Amino acid sequence: MMTLEPLKLEIEANVPGCRLEIIPNPSSSAQHSMLIDAEHAVAVATFLRGAPHHRFDYCSNVTGIDWPAPSKAKETGDALEEDVESAEAAATGYLEVVYHLYSMELKHGPVILRMRTQDRATRVHLPSLISIWRSVDFQEREVFDLFGVIFDGHPDLRRLLMWDEFTDFPMRRDYVEPDDYEYEPTAHDKVLLKTMQHQGGTA
Amino acid sequence: MDEALKHELGRQGVIATSMQELYNWGRRSSLWPLNFGLACCAIEMIATTMARYDLARFGAEVFRPSPRQADLMIVAGTITKKMAPQIVRLYNQMPEPKYVISMGACAISGGPFKQGYNVLKGIDRYIPVDIYIPGCPPRPEALLEGFIELQKKIDGQQLTGDNRPRHLNAAEPSEFPIPQFGEHDLKPSKNPDVWHPPLVNISLADNDDSGTA
Repeated sequence: MMTLEPLKLEIEANVPGCRLEIIPNPSSSAQHSMLIDAEHAVAVATFLRGAPHHRFDYCSNVTGIDWPAPSKAKETGDALEEDVESAEAAATGYLEVVYHLYSMELKHGPVILRMRTQDRATRVHLPSLISIWRSVDFQEREVFDLFGVIFDGHPDLRRLLMWDEFTDFPMRRDYVEPDDYEYEPTAHDKVLLKTMQHQGGTA
Repeated sequence: MDEALKHELGRQGVIATSMQELYNWGRRSSLWPLNFGLACCAIEMIATTMARYDLARFGAEVFRPSPRQADLMIVAGTITKKMAPQIVRLYNQMPEPKYVISMGACAISGGPFKQGYNVLKGIDRYIPVDIYIPGCPPRPEALLEGFIELQKKIDGQQLTGDNRPRHLNAAEPSEFPIPQFGEHDLKPSKNPDVWHPPLVNISLADNDDSGTA
């Protein structure tokens, strides 16, 4: 794990105008991450990949996080991360995309980048980093499929796991699943509640 | 024919049989499975066909790559909703008589992934299933037992009368509707002609809701 402060200063010196923010991770893993702004994301990524003493040539993982509006987040959220995030969560909530970068050549990493959309409804566009790391192709498609983040510049942004006609985003916290709880032989907890609701009872 | 007489004739070197026995013997002894797998259960299915367990002993060594040549569909693994229409289509393409073994928890009910957003809660929602094999995954012995149970089932079938198998009953369907991809779920989400959910009595005994929070 690399310390991010020198890297932040270095990126700011090399990518003029970019807005960076270090998101601390208070857990014992201490995997701090860097929030980058969407306008300069490609420039920051190009620098991280190209700088001879960084050479982050491998993007191992892309994932998404759904941050609903704070009131909803308190109902559903997981406590640890929420303490860090809820104070600055926008009123509308937002979607977040996380990139894990390693350097095969110099054998260091990971550096974790985050990008945030402006809200969860329509302004969900983020720049695709596929021009920097070819490996994000399927992973950005998966984030698009499950969270609904639209990656501008992605050459083939189709659904990956769900079928093309599907209109929902299953990994969002407010996803409403189809009501197919006809047969739950060992129902318990939430499944029990849903089964009872399906059968017309009240929970 | 009297069993004792048949046995006695057999000892004298005379084979006596009935059309029904011959027909059922032929069907059960050459069940050719369709060569496809969906998830980890397929690995156990492959192991069952290999030398150690040797499904060939029971006449099922010829896994067919084409549904047109297959008699038996072993649904081995998790069925995603995206895959379900293709499974039903493959089943429709198989010629009668055809049988289905639902292998493993996922093919029976969705298994550990039952509440997943893209997991079908059991293939019996769309096609009729002859044998269910529980397990996660079932060992090759379990698949062999399920296969032998299917052979017994075929052996006991009457070729005439009300209990005759489906393929001898012109009124029974041979093909089943293929679900369509909908905006939120497969349409329809089940085939009510095939699938009748067992009644499960769910109640909160003595208002004990400790497990529901």
